[in-house]
Amino acid sequence: MSNTVTLLINGEQIGVAGGTTILQAARLLDIDIPTLCHDDELEDRAQCRLCVVEIDGRPRLEPACATQVAEGMTVSTDSETTLAARRMTLELLLSEHPQSCPTRARGGECNLCDYADDYGIRAPAFGYGSETEDIRENSFISRNAAACILCSKCARACEQVQGVGELGFMGRGIGVTARPAVGKTLEQTECEMCGNCVVVCPTGALRATGPPGRADAKVRTTCGYCGVGCQFDLNVRAGRVVGVTTEPDNPVNGKWLCVKGRFGYEFIHHPERLTAPLIRRGDRLEPASWDEALGAVASRLAEIKAANGPDAIGFMSSSRCTNEENYLVQKLARAVIGTNNVDQCART
Amino acid sequence: MTNSIGEIPGADVLFVIGANPTEAHPIIGIKIKQAVRNGATLIVADPRKIWLTKIAKIHLPIRPGTDLALINGMANVILSEGLANEEFIKSRTEGLEEYAGVVAQWPPERAAELCDVSAEDIRGAAREYARANRGAIFYTLGITEHTCGTDNVLGLANLALLTGHVGKESSGVNPLRGQNNVQGACDVGALPDVFPGYQKVAVEENRRKFEEAWKVKLSDAPGMTLTDMFEAALEGHLRAMYVIGEDPVMSEAHAGLIREALSRLGFLVVQDIFLSETAKLADVVLPASCFAEKDGTFTNTERRVQRVRKAVEPPGEAREDWRILIEVINRLGYPADYSSPEQIWDELARLSPILAGINYGRIEQVGLQWPCPNTDHPGTRFLHAERFSRGLGKFTAVEYSPPAEPPDAEYPWLLTTGRTLYHYNAGTMTRRVSGIAAKSPDCFVEINPADLEKIGAADGRMLRVTTRRGSVEARALATRKVRRGGIWMPFHFAEAPANDLTLDAYDSVTRTAEYKVCAARVEVVEP
Ligand code: SF4
Ligand code: SF4
Ligand code: FES
Repeated sequence: MSNTVTLLINGEQIGVAGGTTILQAARLLDIDIPTLCHDDELEDRAQCRLCVVEIDGRPRLEPACATQVAEGMTVSTDSETTLAARRMTLELLLSEHPQSCPTRARGGECNLCDYADDYGIRAPAFGYGSETEDIRENSFISRNAAACILCSKCARACEQVQGVGELGFMGRGIGVTARPAVGKTLEQTECEMCGNCVVVCPTGALRATGPPGRADAKVRTTCGYCGVGCQFDLNVRAGRVVGVTTEPDNPVNGKWLCVKGRFGYEFIHHPERLTAPLIRRGDRLEPASWDEALGAVASRLAEIKAANGPDAIGFMSSSRCTNEENYLVQKLARAVIGTNNVDQCART
Repeated sequence: MTNSIGEIPGADVLFVIGANPTEAHPIIGIKIKQAVRNGATLIVADPRKIWLTKIAKIHLPIRPGTDLALINGMANVILSEGLANEEFIKSRTEGLEEYAGVVAQWPPERAAELCDVSAEDIRGAAREYARANRGAIFYTLGITEHTCGTDNVLGLANLALLTGHVGKESSGVNPLRGQNNVQGACDVGALPDVFPGYQKVAVEENRRKFEEAWKVKLSDAPGMTLTDMFEAALEGHLRAMYVIGEDPVMSEAHAGLIREALSRLGFLVVQDIFLSETAKLADVVLPASCFAEKDGTFTNTERRVQRVRKAVEPPGEAREDWRILIEVINRLGYPADYSSPEQIWDELARLSPILAGINYGRIEQVGLQWPCPNTDHPGTRFLHAERFSRGLGKFTAVEYSPPAEPPDAEYPWLLTTGRTLYHYNAGTMTRRVSGIAAKSPDCFVEINPADLEKIGAADGRMLRVTTRRGSVEARALATRKVRRGGIWMPFHFAEAPANDLTLDAYDSVTRTAEYKVCAARVEVVEP
């Protein structure tokens, strides 16, 4: 596998390890080959054929995602024949895709429509497909059958990454689409709501439920649930978190998440959030000003320290808080109160 | 973890014991699945048929609380069949002799009887693990939340030393840290016996260093663990508590006693984002911020320090926790004038050799793994490569001890508690996500269908689970996942607080409670 293979792509020479695909080699040269069914982390099925390239001496165009390099190969990724073949592929796909793309209509991204634009397809030869209604698969995931281009990425992600395997090509003839078993929504299956099928879907046929429209900002951060520490982007609109998206470029989770990280953000804006300090008056906790509340904390802690000594005070810090905050808590205990009574719920 | 998350798919034998990663650490679950797809052998030791057992070569459904018998049984096989890594033992370890003496008492047949699994499976597991090129062990609370938790962990370390599966890529002993920043909270000194960076408070040199940095005299007496604090509160020695972002009334064992302890305090401050069960008992409640509302860092289970970034404002008058703490510190007469979390980080990194090389600039894109002693250091993917922190790896002769409260005639069922995929700890956050709440709305008791039939109830019937400490009602969930005679409950639900039931018997070193085994009674609730 590690022997070096030399080949020419669009006239540029490159040496790569044996077993590399043409797609990978081209990327090393910054040559862009369009793909719809390929994903770096899934096994290739070479289904869409959008990535075809011309290889000298081969009778047919070959899919770059699933063809390995060979010594002395001469590849063209942008010959007239390849471009024409790709245009044809796109037009065939568009013939089953509604003209008013349901994903774009919501402000989302559809790779098929993007490629159609790139290839200058305005009036596809075989027309467009018909529209369908969104189906709510569960609380977090909707599906629009018309936008599905049968790339099988969702089914592969569900099977190969999540190990669940609840999505597949179902239905008959022209009605075939990637979906859970006929007669069921994902809600009625073993689906774990990870949303990893949604991430890989190139057209938005599978999408997160939630309000349409684009985010004003995406803020990269670390998940606040478990100790894996997944990286994701909080999508913010008008001061509220409206979604979570992922990029493949981090060493912890790449683009994968679990249900808590991907969909567990609603609590942030929950009406039961505490919005003002509370002070106990008799049996009741009543709203108070920050000044009053902080004053009470400082004076009571100081009193107890004076009366009972610093070790009569204890701090329960939080694994939910940041490192910086935990540092301040132990500094408060040690340097300000004068006790080492600081611990947290370190249940592993 | 001694290894990194990214190294998991490279292991060829994975031994998962007392951990349920597909639910509690789902992305680690994904990596383990990937390893198995790559051809790795998976061994799972867990009383329940957890998801990973579907793809495991060997599943050891041990009786809860018998982990160490299994571990020592495996060690016995490794030693008696000559599968130990002699070279590694000679060059990197000490103390084999005494350990071998204990292990000799545990032929697989004896372990099998106690664990209620087959001796052949114990042999198989031992052989697979010992013969691995890159063998990795994963464990969590199923190992630590016992009175013998420390011994269990040492037992696993012994296995790794015996086979040399440590200090290499994809080979190691990997505790999976449960909550998002439990690793970081420990690293920066939110522990009673150490300053930031695990520098012992009892060591004079360390104290001098921090006294100089903080310009105050510091106490040399290690503080109380949480468990001890609650005991001291009950006895009246602890008068005030400041609780931040935790809900001990929900999360600690024998919750009734915790409630009592808190109510005896002279003063209780709770700083949180919701009015938790604990906050309801407070004298002052300070409204704080969640992870999306503040800047800072979290450290994940593979020791990677990663940025947390503010995306939205806290609601109403709620404030970032670090700002609240600065205010409290100032009002107590100590000067603290940090204007950003970055300044706080720089101070704590300067004082903590393991973190010294990490700064916000370096982790802007990708986090760094400690130890990272200086700013040229690339961080550390796996620990113990050349040597162990103490020099040679030490075998510890650990003996099996039975659970503190085994089932008996009066309380014949064995109750275990744990986490599920959909909820997180006390459920304060996940239960306020409507889609998650709809998927997993209420508490349940997993029970074997044969047992359910025996007590004459149907699936979904309300059951009352009673222990010596309390009583909780929840719906029966018939499943072959649990062993006969055992029941399993999650602890996410305030209206069915499983920790009213759990046992406040503690590991003598970590003071962690035995959440995983206690004796219970089960009755059908008459409608
Ligand atoms: S959400 Fe996850 S489990 Fe459910 S169908 Fe999609 S990939 Fe499969
Ligand atoms: S997304 Fe899931 S697996 Fe990742 S850190 Fe959050 S809770 Fe853990
Ligand atoms: S991307 Fe290569 S065939 Fe679809």
